[in-house]
Amino acid sequence: MLYFDHAATTPPYPEVIQSMSEIMAQHYGNPSALHSAGEEAAKLLKRAREVCAGALSVSPKEIVFTSGATEGNNLAIKGTAMQYRSRGKHLVTTVTEHPSVYESFRQMEALGWEVTWIPVGPDGVVNAEQLAEQVRSDTVMVSVMHVNNETGAVQPLEKIGSLIKEKNHRVLFHVDGVQGFGKLPVELDNWKTDLYTLSSHKFKGPKGAGILYIRQGVTLFPLITGGSQENGHRGGTENVAAAAASAKAMRLASAAQADFYHKMNGLRNILFEKIAKMPEVMLNSTDSGAPHIVHFSYPGLKPEVLVHLMEQQGFLISTKSACSSKSSEPSRVLLKMGRDKDAASSGIRISLGWEHTENDVIQLCRALEQSADKLRSITARRR
Amino acid sequence: MNSPYDMLLLRFGEFTLKGKNRNRFEKSILTHVRALLKPYPNAKILKEYGRLYIDLNGEPVTPILDVLKKVFGVVSISPVKVCRSELEDITAAAVDFIGRSELGEQTTFKVNARRVWKAFPHSSQEMNHLIGSPLLRNFSQLKVDVKNPEIELRVEIRENRTYLFHESIEAAGGFPLGTNGKAMLLLSGGIDSPVAGFSAMRRGLEVQCVHFYSYPFTSQQAKEKVIELAGILSGYAGQIKLHLVPFTDIQTSFTGIGQDNLIITFMRRAMLRITSRLAEQEGAQAIVTGDSLGQVASQTLPSMNVIGRATELPLLRPLITTDKQNIIEMAKKIGTYETSILPFEDCCTLFVPKSPTTNPNLRIVQKVEATLPGLQAKIDLAVEQTETVIITPDMQLDSEQGMKKESVVKEEWF
Repeated sequence: MLYFDHAATTPPYPEVIQSMSEIMAQHYGNPSALHSAGEEAAKLLKRAREVCAGALSVSPKEIVFTSGATEGNNLAIKGTAMQYRSRGKHLVTTVTEHPSVYESFRQMEALGWEVTWIPVGPDGVVNAEQLAEQVRSDTVMVSVMHVNNETGAVQPLEKIGSLIKEKNHRVLFHVDGVQGFGKLPVELDNWKTDLYTLSSHKFKGPKGAGILYIRQGVTLFPLITGGSQENGHRGGTENVAAAAASAKAMRLASAAQADFYHKMNGLRNILFEKIAKMPEVMLNSTDSGAPHIVHFSYPGLKPEVLVHLMEQQGFLISTKSACSSKSSEPSRVLLKMGRDKDAASSGIRISLGWEHTENDVIQLCRALEQSADKLRSITARRR
Repeated sequence: MNSPYDMLLLRFGEFTLKGKNRNRFEKSILTHVRALLKPYPNAKILKEYGRLYIDLNGEPVTPILDVLKKVFGVVSISPVKVCRSELEDITAAAVDFIGRSELGEQTTFKVNARRVWKAFPHSSQEMNHLIGSPLLRNFSQLKVDVKNPEIELRVEIRENRTYLFHESIEAAGGFPLGTNGKAMLLLSGGIDSPVAGFSAMRRGLEVQCVHFYSYPFTSQQAKEKVIELAGILSGYAGQIKLHLVPFTDIQTSFTGIGQDNLIITFMRRAMLRITSRLAEQEGAQAIVTGDSLGQVASQTLPSMNVIGRATELPLLRPLITTDKQNIIEMAKKIGTYETSILPFEDCCTLFVPKSPTTNPNLRIVQKVEATLPGLQAKIDLAVEQTETVIITPDMQLDSEQGMKKESVVKEEWF
């Protein structure tokens, strides 16, 4: 079975599994405890924080360990809105954000905040000037994802960061970096980012672990209280083993980013070329997107059929994003990119990873073509 | 990633004035720089009169700059761009170099060319113009000001290559490490003593740290904190010796003798006695403390007088007239502040009486000390049981007995 769903989650590095299991076995102490077991756990946590900070070129004090990106995005958005409510109650985001961002903003709307939703073009990219125009004196935060989880579209973060800060220097800039880290260069300073969310399992780290970068000087209203852990940003006993394993994965992914880009770019070009030749198919990714995601619509059929057919031939691919792939609603992201309901309901996502070879991708394309042929004859008969 | 810099130029400080000692000083810097550059094997050191060049050879400029900024004796560092000694190459490099710096709406500049290699066809004077005019053409913000320019682009034309630089980054300054002798530093865990240590090191003293701990009255973390502070200081020295002195017995022997308000005085005197013994062992000629006049009861003049008489070594107090606020600023600058304010108590805050004396009487102190049974034996024992560790910036703890302590933090996990 070949796994082509790396945007949903990735197989962990063997070293990550080793760190995790060894630390779980040897250092089960509570980092807040006074005794030596606690103290040792605290040391490991400290080192993990340093390594994560190093991978982002930030200070260890700016790293908060979370349970993953859903928590990270919730904390970044709601925590900012609530903490700085006296500055204003206006928030800005785009229409193609991940559900954890989208739903957080919807909740803030329900609580009386005003949210401006910025549209995207047919390529899924926002216009930075258009976005910055919506920033006002009472705008508290702007949240834009780095890489779209469905299509791989890359947002112009550097431009957005400088334009919005020019308009209102107090506005806080949150970037959901989940699909970008390890795939594209990350330049928090250059982007003028104040908050940056990561999920460890998207770059071969453990599940249930993530990182939220909070720029020094920014305070968030904590959503989970009951302990002063993580500098008061998040109560609860720290998951030391997962933090260390996340640090390991981050270090490896960060060091290999340029190679990853190069390799995935080559594989993606093969995919692009083959898929473009399939008559029924509509590509939703472009070559200016992230290198590991290829997304296309296969209108006329429920996408599950193609996913099942491909699985029979030994290829695991995905419909929409994993978080919403079990619903049969059309994709919000594709609709907002201007696709019709038919195209938006028939999205297929192929996402690549380190273990794939050129041959794997060629096999995948062949299976796709064969499956499409098979389906074409069936749908033709039905017509 | 694509760094515009090829070399770093390190300028030496005031010691270059000191005729005879100059060689010794330069050698000390060279050794220090060489040790710091070990993690960057491709970087090459080129020594010249009054300065050092580091040929980066593809090694990253930012981290190297960060460590070299900590070399005492170096007053400033300039990142250098290198090109071939051909007119076209030099002007192209100058345009590229200036294009990378942030220019304001109007920036004044001048070119200061120096033809070291006399066979080069254009004189220094000519070169100033030949380089200046393409810059003016390319950057409309630039304006020439030869008297007081914001950017002074220095161009050194040598036989094989030409160096261009204009930035000057402030470095640690002072005297090269260890060129003014060796001293013991009383390192508590507070804000002042690391700053005092840094100040002493900056003046060319090799410093060894002495820390007193009173386990179980103080926690293991208090000791760790001091190790961390010594680690930060070692960033300026390559490595630092830390003597950890068990102080519990001595400290507890001062309680319950009915002289509570003198406890601090007794303690500090015992510390100086132990430190003097360690200094003798290590060949150190002074004791450095973080005392600042009047800051606490033990730092009033009468207290310092009585306490200081417990040793015959000179007591160096670099911070004696420095205000607390300035000490805090220095601590932040050298990177010890955040560690110093961690909440773990050290032995100095233990058994502190409600009203410690600010004016101890020397005769009484001496009398009481004489009546204490076994004080000398306890001091001997503390010296004997002192554990000495060598601290390096990456915190690998090597005990002096050659025993390597296994660290809890296994690097392979991260």
